[in-house]
Amino acid sequence: MKNQKILGLIGLTAACSIGFGAIAGPADDSLVINGETEIVTKTTAPAYIDGLSEIYSGWHFREADTRVMQADDFDNPGMLGVEAAKDVWSEVDGSEGKACASCHDDPASMAGVRTQMPKFNEAKGTMYTMEMYINDCRTERMGAEAWGWDDSDMINMTALISSVSRGLPMSVAVDGPAAPFWEQGKEMYYTRYGQLELSCANCHEDNYGNYIRADHLSQGQINGFPVYRLKSADLSSIHNRFKGCIRDTRAETFKPGSPEFIALELYVASRGNGLSVEGPSVRN
Amino acid sequence: MKRAALLGLALPLVLSTAVYASEVAPLDVSYDDAGAVAVSLSGVTGDAVAGKEVMTSRGLGNCVACHAVTALADVPFHGEIGPPLDGAGSRWSEAELRGIVANSKMTFEDSMMPSFYKTKGYIRPGDAFTGKAAEGDELPPLLTAQQIEDVVAYLMTLKE
Repeated sequence: MKNQKILGLIGLTAACSIGFGAIAGPADDSLVINGETEIVTKTTAPAYIDGLSEIYSGWHFREADTRVMQADDFDNPGMLGVEAAKDVWSEVDGSEGKACASCHDDPASMAGVRTQMPKFNEAKGTMYTMEMYINDCRTERMGAEAWGWDDSDMINMTALISSVSRGLPMSVAVDGPAAPFWEQGKEMYYTRYGQLELSCANCHEDNYGNYIRADHLSQGQINGFPVYRLKSADLSSIHNRFKGCIRDTRAETFKPGSPEFIALELYVASRGNGLSVEGPSVRN
Repeated sequence: MKRAALLGLALPLVLSTAVYASEVAPLDVSYDDAGAVAVSLSGVTGDAVAGKEVMTSRGLGNCVACHAVTALADVPFHGEIGPPLDGAGSRWSEAELRGIVANSKMTFEDSMMPSFYKTKGYIRPGDAFTGKAAEGDELPPLLTAQQIEDVVAYLMTLKE
């Protein structure tokens, strides 16, 4: 690890001396968390994604010190959210006298859940994200108040549930009842929104690995969510990130939890099928 | 336009009004078949020094966000999304550069480059970077007519 860090610094110095401070392409590196959980950060793209042959976790597009931070839970600031959610997990809340632990025992019992999200909920007849399943538990089983999409309690809980799936491959379903949601998300992915007329694909399919000013463009994969963003020093949800991206095209954005963002989440998640769950990851 | 011209007549001493009268509004720009714009958008000669400021400022054109320019190496972090602009003033005419900066899609059909002098025809146009819906029918263009002329003047200095 240390060697990679030094190599990264040498690379940076070399690039700066050229003057543009840019190292194109994904970093040639591999991620093992806590010295034991191997993370698939690059693999072959799913057959239904025409625009990509290889898929890369956003981890490959961050600086060496950020990459190293994610390799140890004691260095990953996102794990503070996971720890906070562990406490909430066993706290009784609501009219039914229940905690998460009352039905689900240990959080480890949720291993694999994140790999399927979002998922068509047969009983509800619509596409469900992890946030929606969590709130159904709270309102229908616990008799507790729903959490807001971007409340810290909610983001921390999604971080905890993601963390126990780390190393497992993302594998959202895109066919059957999911198909129309997937199509809607795909349509959005290629729509050039806002006054800057930028689609997701303009940056994250056609230009990943390239720099926009100081920003190294990734493929916009969401296998690492929620992510701890060093820029804002907190955990961020998938929809919050989508909102920021669309806002930055000088567009009227969509709301976290909106049908549009749920469809987009499914489509973007499917572009990362095969990458390991990494949440909570560390990014810029 | 007509109103501005009339005002210009009524107040011949107000120079800026007369200047404004010769400005081409975003919806009135005439692009030729190849996407070039022959006539100055502001009616005033571009200032290359001011153009350099527009090229490098995040709140203005921020051209270096996507394009590398060797002559601007003192400004950090040039992007690599669009082609490097070295020699642009030799490769293109002034009219072609004006057309590309004003609305590059008239020259390169599927260009990723934003249109800097276009006010209509957007999907979910927002109120700048607020994430809220834009008000009214037309957005302010990303750059003014004069800023575009200034950028074109700067680009014309980039000779091979």
